[in-house]
Amino acid sequence: MMLTRRALLKSGACALAAVAAPPRFLVRAAQGAERRGKVLVAIFQRGAVDGLSMVAPHGDPAYARSRSSIALAPPRRGDTATALDLDGYFALHPSLAPLKPLWESKTLAVVHACGSPDTTRSHFDAQDYMESGTPGVKSTPDGWLGRAAAALPTSSASPFRSVALTSRLPRSLRGDAGALAMSSLDRFDVRGAPSGVARRGFESLYADGVQDLLHGTGRETFEAVKLLKSAGAARLSPANGADYPRGRFGEALRQIAQLVRADVGLQIAFAEVEGWDTHVGQGAEQGQLSNRLREFGAALAAFAQDLGDRIADVVVLTMSEFGRTVAENGNRGTDHGHATAMLALGGAIRGGHVYGRWPGLAPEQRYEGRDLAVTTDFRTLFNEIATRHLALPATAPLFPGWSPAPRPLGLLA
Amino acid sequence: MIRRLAFLLLMVAAALGCQLATATATDPDASLAHILQRVTYGPRPGDIERVKAMGLSAWLERQLQPETIDDRAVERGLATLPTLTMSIGELQRAYPRPDADTRQKLTRGDMSPREMREQYPMDKRPARIVGELQTARMLRAVTAERQLQEVMVDFWLNHFNVFAGKGELRWYLPDWERTVIRPNALGRFPTLLRASARHPAMLFYLDNWLSTRPDFVRRGGPDQGRRAGLNENYARELMELHTLGVDGGYTQRDVTEVARAFTGWTIDRPRADARFVFRSATHDYGAKVVLGRTIQYGGERDGEAILDMLARHPSTARFLAGKLVRRFVADDPPPALVERVAVRYQDTGGDIRAMLRVIFTSPEFLAPDTAGAKIKKPTEFVVSAVRALGATPDARGAMALARASAEIGEGLYEAQPPTGYPDRAEAWVNPGTLLARMNFALALSEGRVSGVSVDVGALVSEADRQRPEVVLERLLASLIHGAPSAETRAVLVAQLGTPEITRLSTDDRGPANTDVNKLAALVLGSPEFQRR
Repeated sequence: MMLTRRALLKSGACALAAVAAPPRFLVRAAQGAERRGKVLVAIFQRGAVDGLSMVAPHGDPAYARSRSSIALAPPRRGDTATALDLDGYFALHPSLAPLKPLWESKTLAVVHACGSPDTTRSHFDAQDYMESGTPGVKSTPDGWLGRAAAALPTSSASPFRSVALTSRLPRSLRGDAGALAMSSLDRFDVRGAPSGVARRGFESLYADGVQDLLHGTGRETFEAVKLLKSAGAARLSPANGADYPRGRFGEALRQIAQLVRADVGLQIAFAEVEGWDTHVGQGAEQGQLSNRLREFGAALAAFAQDLGDRIADVVVLTMSEFGRTVAENGNRGTDHGHATAMLALGGAIRGGHVYGRWPGLAPEQRYEGRDLAVTTDFRTLFNEIATRHLALPATAPLFPGWSPAPRPLGLLA
Repeated sequence: MIRRLAFLLLMVAAALGCQLATATATDPDASLAHILQRVTYGPRPGDIERVKAMGLSAWLERQLQPETIDDRAVERGLATLPTLTMSIGELQRAYPRPDADTRQKLTRGDMSPREMREQYPMDKRPARIVGELQTARMLRAVTAERQLQEVMVDFWLNHFNVFAGKGELRWYLPDWERTVIRPNALGRFPTLLRASARHPAMLFYLDNWLSTRPDFVRRGGPDQGRRAGLNENYARELMELHTLGVDGGYTQRDVTEVARAFTGWTIDRPRADARFVFRSATHDYGAKVVLGRTIQYGGERDGEAILDMLARHPSTARFLAGKLVRRFVADDPPPALVERVAVRYQDTGGDIRAMLRVIFTSPEFLAPDTAGAKIKKPTEFVVSAVRALGATPDARGAMALARASAEIGEGLYEAQPPTGYPDRAEAWVNPGTLLARMNFALALSEGRVSGVSVDVGALVSEADRQRPEVVLERLLASLIHGAPSAETRAVLVAQLGTPEITRLSTDDRGPANTDVNKLAALVLGSPEFQRR
């Protein structure tokens, strides 16, 4: 279901009749549709995922020792109910089994002991710092993905260039370049028949007037409604037999795939998934965390399958505000910690490898005696993926006040 | 007492009077509308006149003393919601979690919808409890005369957020709102803080009920013989979100020490009547050093001493003042006003009413650039639209309003993180939710929200209907009060010329039958109505 330049120009002409301002974005989108753009999908695991369970360091002797009831048992060849060995030292949680083929095909990589140099253990602050991209600095007005969007060539601007499949715009996407938040493609229109007059009425109400947040958002809204309709994105059903798990996260990824496949000019997408704050009864191979990871892994795998060959243009990056304590607490759970594991998935990723230096889990190797130490600043990872994959200018200030490490991780070919 | 009150009213009147004189030189009604937008869930038809008749300061003082306002009509409306007044134990017995067999069938999908309705009827499910709470919140927000009380209940439910979806919370929530939040919403913060700390809802939500001294070994139950230990969740959020604020000057060390002090604060019989209990066996009796002060009473008093200390802390005063000013004045609270409100907190030992009086009589609150500076949160938008149209929901309608608010991004009792919902424009303005707002405006005005009876026509007289431009002026006056922008007015006037809005009559008496519903929807969906 490729959108032709002609169809876009046609709908552009209709739009031209309806609003005074020439819809330059439609023309630009038509030009852009000829070459398929690169897409970065950022996924925030809100609540601080336990990286030590997601990608367990079974080779570290302190791992099992520190977690008497929640450590994953060492991998056993052929046994899919236990951790799935990756490289003899790290293993994937068994609930992430759908991701194992992507590891085998070198489409999936892990960056371990990754996190923020800031020491806060507040969910709110840590998320804020990771999303603004400025650890320790609260006054930053925009988000790191918002700055990435601003660094993209303006010739590729579409109202769907930056989209969050969330009901509220996440901090990461804030910025002058603008971004769109929507919880459902199907419901993205003025509804109720006959809606024509109401839609035109609302559209005009936001078309002119002061340049403020509300009016700007209103104008963006109606541009986007038209483009989405003409592209027919909401009608695309999952391809290649992809089967998304039920729930908000699966729905979000399914709709991101629709936007990618409909070629509406998507370059930066954002989704979030909650429920990682496992202070109590975290579980090991089975249990609370296992259930969350099952949904997480199934949705990511379905997304990759749905995209088929298009995965070559797409990189998925997962993140979480911090990790969890190395030792389990008194409630068979874990408290707020420091570093965690992040995943990178996509055709351009040099997968099948766990990146980053492993600091060790022995008490004297831990951060403040309790947490996995950070050996890879999250900005190193985010910066490398965003600038390389989206081909941003090297001078793009994605992370103000920070200079990239001299040696990249080498995640992208 | 009466003399003191009279003096107070005089002060309010004097303060308001001198401000209103400047702000209202052109339109006194616009200033009243502004105050009503902030202190209530938005004016209903006739409210401005009623406030004028009573006198603004008398009206404000009454709102600050909700117990003096007769609200029996609302309470009668709530009588159809039995779970609101039930105790935790009664709720656990009347709406039990499904047994293991039913649960398994439900998750496997082994039951036909009919079987499910028969074996596990909707009105016996625990979900009913949260549904009735949402219904009641919306009913009260729309119809209560004690409007400021409702605004403050919303404020504190966010400040001390707990999430209905976590474990036992749904059975605890009615009691939490009824005994902790509502009685203290305009009371004293230290009392509210202490009540929150001991309630099963907070103990459960932030896991403190499970926290024990590090070397405690469980003597029974499934974890027999296992070492339990500290859980820091409550200790951290207590300081970050309930009192000091994240920059309030505490360290990780303080978090651990506070967690130690609250060991033993737990829930007795969490799956039955769930009462607060202090268990000395799990308490850490050692001395604690919190914010540089040593606390060594040992026992329940350690936690109490910390609550007192935190409630008295200047960081707490500033943090709460900042949040209140953000709610009532602007997203970026004017620092001078925050400082004055914080001082008032300190002087009065945390009197919430006293802080609000400082805000309501401040020049910042009444400054012309404050009017319309706040974007309505989704519930504020939904409720204010219903109130502006003079519509009344029944219980079913109130539930529909709660769902509409959830669709625009704010599901009541459904905020998962301990921060609650944000109170800043950027969080709420984006294309998806803006469309949801417009769609709600359409559905509401056209009478498509079931259980909400709307008569937009009542806002304009029959005679007016034949003059579309008069209809528009009436709608603008009753829905958005202050002057709309020139652009908005021009767009709406242009709409009057479309055949869908103004249908030509078949006889020769000129244009008739203005589609007031659609026109009202456009006004409710306009940029002006998104602000308060």
